[in-house]
Amino acid sequence: MLDFITGNQAPIYFILLCVFLGIEIISNVPAILHTPLMSGANAIHGVILAGAIITMYHVPSDDYLNLTLGFLAVLLGTLNISGGFFVTGRILSMFSKKKK
Amino acid sequence: MTILLEVSYFLAMISFIIGLKFLSSPQHAKLGNIIAGGGMTLAIIVTVYHTFYAGPVTINLILIIIAILLGTILGRRMSDKAEMTKMPQLVSYFNAMGGGCALLLGIIEGQQLYLGQNTDRVAEVVLMTAMMIGATSFSGSVIAYLKLSGKVKDIRTRFVSIASRLLIISMIVLPFLVSFEVLHLNLIQEIAILGSLATIYGLVFVFPIGGADMPVVISLLNSLTGVATALAGILFHNLLMISGGIFVGSAGVLLTLLMCKAMNRSLWNVLAGNFKNSGSSTSSS
Repeated sequence: MLDFITGNQAPIYFILLCVFLGIEIISNVPAILHTPLMSGANAIHGVILAGAIITMYHVPSDDYLNLTLGFLAVLLGTLNISGGFFVTGRILSMFSKKKK
Repeated sequence: MTILLEVSYFLAMISFIIGLKFLSSPQHAKLGNIIAGGGMTLAIIVTVYHTFYAGPVTINLILIIIAILLGTILGRRMSDKAEMTKMPQLVSYFNAMGGGCALLLGIIEGQQLYLGQNTDRVAEVVLMTAMMIGATSFSGSVIAYLKLSGKVKDIRTRFVSIASRLLIISMIVLPFLVSFEVLHLNLIQEIAILGSLATIYGLVFVFPIGGADMPVVISLLNSLTGVATALAGILFHNLLMISGGIFVGSAGVLLTLLMCKAMNRSLWNVLAGNFKNSGSSTSSS
């Protein structure tokens, strides 16, 4: 456990800074933007797709069970990203129509 | 080639920060969405290119490209076809997709770790935590989606509340028991048990919560998936995944609290499915 902490000092600092930055950047959000912001954040955590791609690289080409699971993982991650950003776009387009 | 990956990851991380910042101001919200989307696209394309740059074209690469194209088209069609009133459902649905991705990653990586005879217990625990959070977020979001579509009703019985407490305790205790060799399970068995416990926990977590409080729960599950992404990022030593996941995790928790405040309810009341004690619950629905 201690080895893990000393070996990963830079990531731990990085994570702590990211926590405060994440709180800071959205702290002034008005109530009307709660839903689009939620949707946008939802799209951003789809970056787990990068992990799915790296995992897929390590799976042996004849391991059909894991290839199928990896295919599903990449598909779900892509759905998360594309769906998230397109939905955010649609919610925001609704706002601009209302203002006109 | 690594320099290309580093630069594009850095740009993507900046784009996430600017995107979230712009999304929280009414004038720039649209631009923010486009910036974050662009950064994400760049990061994914460079990841695929960099990972498969050296090797030959294998079935893995073909499957990845098919899955990405299919996912993009499906996501586009689903978001275009849905009615405007159904947007919160869709957010929940796509959040479930992210959680499911984390769950599947945990299962696949667990087998790789097991076969590689890796004895690093901390890495295993990080992997299993990411998988459990992903599984909870997956099943919870599916139930939230079904509730918002009116297909599932609230279930508020004593059995559900007892089951959720038992599940939490067993999910925390089981890895310790295996670590100290009280229970003799190999990694694959452990992952299977913890994954199913977490999936059931997601169900009993969302069942008692009232339909009107669903947006708050979706926001909370959203930030949970962010944490799962960050943990997976620690495992892969991938700074973009860590930063993206942590941004969503911390921003999501703050957003959840803000939404509770806007609805004039406390987070605790929402999670307990409590209607009797809070007089404001009628106004929130």
